[in-house]
Amino acid sequence: MIKFAPQLINLFATLILLLSFAMISQRRIVSLINLFMMQGVALVITSFLLGYATHQPDLYVSGGITLVLKVILIPWMLHRLIRKLNVRWDVETLLNVPTTMLVGIALVIFSFSLALPVSRLSDALAGGSLGIALACILLSFMMMITRSKAVPQVIGFLSMENGLIFAATAVTNGMPMIVEFGIALDVLVGVLILGVFMFQIREKFDTLDIHHLEKLKEE
Amino acid sequence: MTSSLHLATWVHLDWVLVVVLAWLLIGVLGVLALRRFRLVAMVLFPLGVVFSLLLLGVALSAVFSGPETAILPLGLPQLPFHLRLDSLSAFFLILIGGVSAGVSAFAAGYFRQGEGTPPGLICLEYHVFLASIAMVVLADDAYVFMVAWETMAFSSFFLVLVNHRIPEIRNAGYLYMLIAHIGALGILLCFGLLQANTGDYTFANMRAQHLTPFWGSLAFVLAVFGFGAKAGLLPLHVWLPEAHPAAPSPFSALMSGVMLKIALYGLLRVAFDLLQEQIWWWGVLLMGLGLVTAVFGVVFSTVQVEMKRLLAYSSIENIGLMCAGLGLSLLFLAYDMKALSALALTAAMYQMLAHAFFKSLLFCSTGAVMHATGERSLGKLGGLMRYMPWVAWTTLIGVLACAGLPLFGGFVAEWLLLQSFLFTTGLPSFFLDMLVPVMAALIALVAALSGYTMVKYFGVIFLGQPREESLSHAHDAGSWERLGMLWLVLGCVVLGLFPNQVIAVIDPTTRWLVGAGLAHTVADNGWLLVPVSVERASYAPTIFLLGVLASFGLAFVLVRKLYHGRLRRVPPWDCGYPWQTPRMQDTAEGFGQPIRQIFEPFFRMKRQLPSAFDPQPSYKVTAEDPLWYGLYLPLAALVERISRIVGLLQQGRISVYLMYSFVTLIVVLLVVKR
Amino acid sequence: MSWLGVFSQLLALVTALLLAPLLTGWVNQCRALLQNKSAPGLLQPYRMLHKLFNKESVMAEHASPLYRTAPYIIFSCMLLACAIVPTLSTDLPLSPAADAIALVGLFALARVFISLAAMDVGTAFGSLGARREMLVGFLAEPALLMVLFCASMITRSTSLTTMVETLAHRELAIYPSLLLAGVAFVMVSLAENARVPVDNPDTHLELTMIHEALILEYSARHLALLEWAASLKLFAYSCIGLALFFPWGVADANAPLALLPALPVLVIKLAIGGVMLALIETLSAKMRIFRVPEFLGTAFLIAVIGLLVNVLLGAG
Repeated sequence: MIKFAPQLINLFATLILLLSFAMISQRRIVSLINLFMMQGVALVITSFLLGYATHQPDLYVSGGITLVLKVILIPWMLHRLIRKLNVRWDVETLLNVPTTMLVGIALVIFSFSLALPVSRLSDALAGGSLGIALACILLSFMMMITRSKAVPQVIGFLSMENGLIFAATAVTNGMPMIVEFGIALDVLVGVLILGVFMFQIREKFDTLDIHHLEKLKEE
Repeated sequence: MTSSLHLATWVHLDWVLVVVLAWLLIGVLGVLALRRFRLVAMVLFPLGVVFSLLLLGVALSAVFSGPETAILPLGLPQLPFHLRLDSLSAFFLILIGGVSAGVSAFAAGYFRQGEGTPPGLICLEYHVFLASIAMVVLADDAYVFMVAWETMAFSSFFLVLVNHRIPEIRNAGYLYMLIAHIGALGILLCFGLLQANTGDYTFANMRAQHLTPFWGSLAFVLAVFGFGAKAGLLPLHVWLPEAHPAAPSPFSALMSGVMLKIALYGLLRVAFDLLQEQIWWWGVLLMGLGLVTAVFGVVFSTVQVEMKRLLAYSSIENIGLMCAGLGLSLLFLAYDMKALSALALTAAMYQMLAHAFFKSLLFCSTGAVMHATGERSLGKLGGLMRYMPWVAWTTLIGVLACAGLPLFGGFVAEWLLLQSFLFTTGLPSFFLDMLVPVMAALIALVAALSGYTMVKYFGVIFLGQPREESLSHAHDAGSWERLGMLWLVLGCVVLGLFPNQVIAVIDPTTRWLVGAGLAHTVADNGWLLVPVSVERASYAPTIFLLGVLASFGLAFVLVRKLYHGRLRRVPPWDCGYPWQTPRMQDTAEGFGQPIRQIFEPFFRMKRQLPSAFDPQPSYKVTAEDPLWYGLYLPLAALVERISRIVGLLQQGRISVYLMYSFVTLIVVLLVVKR
Repeated sequence: MSWLGVFSQLLALVTALLLAPLLTGWVNQCRALLQNKSAPGLLQPYRMLHKLFNKESVMAEHASPLYRTAPYIIFSCMLLACAIVPTLSTDLPLSPAADAIALVGLFALARVFISLAAMDVGTAFGSLGARREMLVGFLAEPALLMVLFCASMITRSTSLTTMVETLAHRELAIYPSLLLAGVAFVMVSLAENARVPVDNPDTHLELTMIHEALILEYSARHLALLEWAASLKLFAYSCIGLALFFPWGVADANAPLALLPALPVLVIKLAIGGVMLALIETLSAKMRIFRVPEFLGTAFLIAVIGLLVNVLLGAG
């Protein structure tokens, strides 16, 4: 089993990348949340595997936090939110889907070429996945930029955070516990506040399309 | 080489010069028989065919023998013509001879009475064009090269302007000449750099020079600019879609099939032969430029509605692919990976040969269609397979070759190119290692799109029902035209079915330019085309063909035996709507519409939509070249503005001009005093 | 080229010819069962072929010789494709004749001919179908090529038999790039074989057809050959997928006795694959036609990312 650990971790890393890509090409918000949940599951399994292979109990705790937060709590909150807000579909994105995917590929090449020299030097078990983690972060950032409704932007932010945790896990075998807890708390509070924020936007503009926020600009 | 001729002391170069001289003589004879249409068509052009075949034979033999040089005392007193026939030149002479044989035969049957320019003059221009192309390939110093290059440009200019009474054709010719000269400027500057201040412009001297990376790179960039202008690389491609449709079809065939390759010959000569050290980013630049050109060309060709413009953009695409192959070869050479460099170079050269044959064939078929129907727009053709079977079936071979399908030459070239992209994990730079699979993906995309274009071309012209009444009077091609097209078909088929033999011909060139060749591994395996080893990759087109034919025959025979072969002819199914018209078929615009929609950012679309209140609603959409509006028109405006400012110097008064001379004299005296 | 090789080649050919309609019938059955309908019977495709061969061929008045010969050419291409893909054994004398790139070229040849034949009759349906088929093809072909390239970068070869041998005999290793390639391959095969979500094989609505619109005018033996060719195409794609991603059980050149269990193993693998296909078809809805380029573009880009991941993570 330990012999397979690097390959399995690479496999799950690739799965996370695939899910990031699937998220930027998705239109339905319910599928987005489900994909995000699957990404969380992959991240949890990676943490557990890495913890088992390197005999570091910290990673089990980290995986547990991710499980509770990213797989159970936050998707449940988001599902409740969209049911109350009654949003099911997304409007057209800023760039059309093929262009978004082409930009995605360019970002992937960029992060891979950045990460290759570093990963060759790293002796962590999953050092090769630094490029993938970086690519996930950049792809989620792009998703935040190109979407025009609020809920996908929030999911992009959360997915970026997933990528960050994965990067930390892969290269340095996890972050210090305090940092981990702090980030987790931030994310939780962030989602709560964003939820409230979304209701406010909805009340003011009768829609969650963020382009209407531009009306707040002075002329 | 022993020969039973008493001219056994003649080397290959002598024979080639005989062919060049013969072509020039035929041209002169044409001028002497200016309006004698019969003589020109029936005697002079076929004579040209004979000499093309002679050239083909001589060049095939010359590829395998060593380089031969000659010095002709023509030209200026201190600057004689240096000529050299080595394997690179011989390869291009094979291309020239093979393609021009078919095109000359087609041209013999193509010209009819009473077209714009007198036939004798056309004969002169045509054969001078051929002769100058041969001289470009033979040139061993910059002087002969430029003389022959300019002659080639001028003679092709006159060929484009055969129907010069039409204003669009005049504009196309002007644009062509403009860009050809901008390119020639680049080439001149490049040669100037290559001779590195020694004053000796022979290629032998240039080979002996060792330029610093800076000057070498500058020379390379100038060469790409100059030769790329003639080849049709972005952004200097704008003349191609105008000039090729404007010229009569045999000349479009020759320009597209041969002249574009000669530009690549120049690039090969400079980059691989005259420049001694290659730097890695040259290859990346050329690859990138080539791929952008290829994608641009193929996307535009899919949305065209005029036959020859479609083929012109398709030529741009193929040139882009060839440059991508050359760039990859340069990249490998810079890292000293000789075997892979030879593979990529072989792929590029094979593509050149294949493209020459199938593109000439396709342009010849447009000529035949235009003669038979008088239409050039795809919207007015259709169903011609019934009335012009010879042209249709030969065009089908050309279309299948252009789409890069197996059993024909285009596929072998693509196969070799993709193989060279696949073997590349091993480049020292990570970034390049990652870039290469992406480029392979782009090449696959381009190949698939060219299949789309070719289905549109063949389907809209030859299949379906005729979209105009007059098409039923279309007649098939004449005997000379058929002969020419059949010869080109033969070329496509040979290139597709016998790759090992063709690679054996390309091998001496790659061996000389790059230091390695494919012929050893290829020859070891008989009928299989094996670049490296059988376990790695192999392809046997003859077995392929036999397999397809065997299953075809088996299926046919078995079905007839076990069941029956009865057939009944009825009107086509009309879904209950009996008033079907030919206009209910897909149009050329319609066929290209999905591509137009997907690749919308590439085009500059102009739409004219009908409103609900129009008495006669009409819909018009044109997809135009964004580079023309984004790059050329602003540049032209800038040039006009500058010339207007400089024009202020022209006051028209004598005292002002005298004052200019006076001021200049004072300035010179001041400078000399310092 | 040994006698065993010739025998295994012929066996593979005959198996493909006989099993392909059975695979189509199995998929139809599974789909009917999942959709709570009564299934048409496992041997229904054979009965349909027999019926079609017996009929008299009815052809449009001005159909050209290209139209008449196209079904035979397409059938031959698909048969050759099935002969090249290692289904039962890797000892195939025909395999050096064509590698992965030539296989994709073979599919392209069939696609071009069927599009040309559809345009030949000159009615609206044929040219509509031709346009759509070329649209699907122009994106699916490079995607398939990239999937095959992923596998060839791992196995350092483009010859299909070498790929299968290498993948089957390596110690059990998990290649992440093959995961991406697998996802892309599933998407491409759905598109190329005219399955939901790209095209509905049961549809009778002309405006939603791709494959059906192409063969609309054909009848009798020509239609039978085209239907058989479509089944062969599904068979070939399934075998390519099995060869790349589940290559265990394919007999080797050195082990002639392994041919015996190879056939049942193939049947079991195909049966499972058929169930998966029926499941995907039942769970998805047919996409609008202008979403198909996005779908295929996604497949293409996923395959390219697979190639990049391969470079990033080394040999796997």
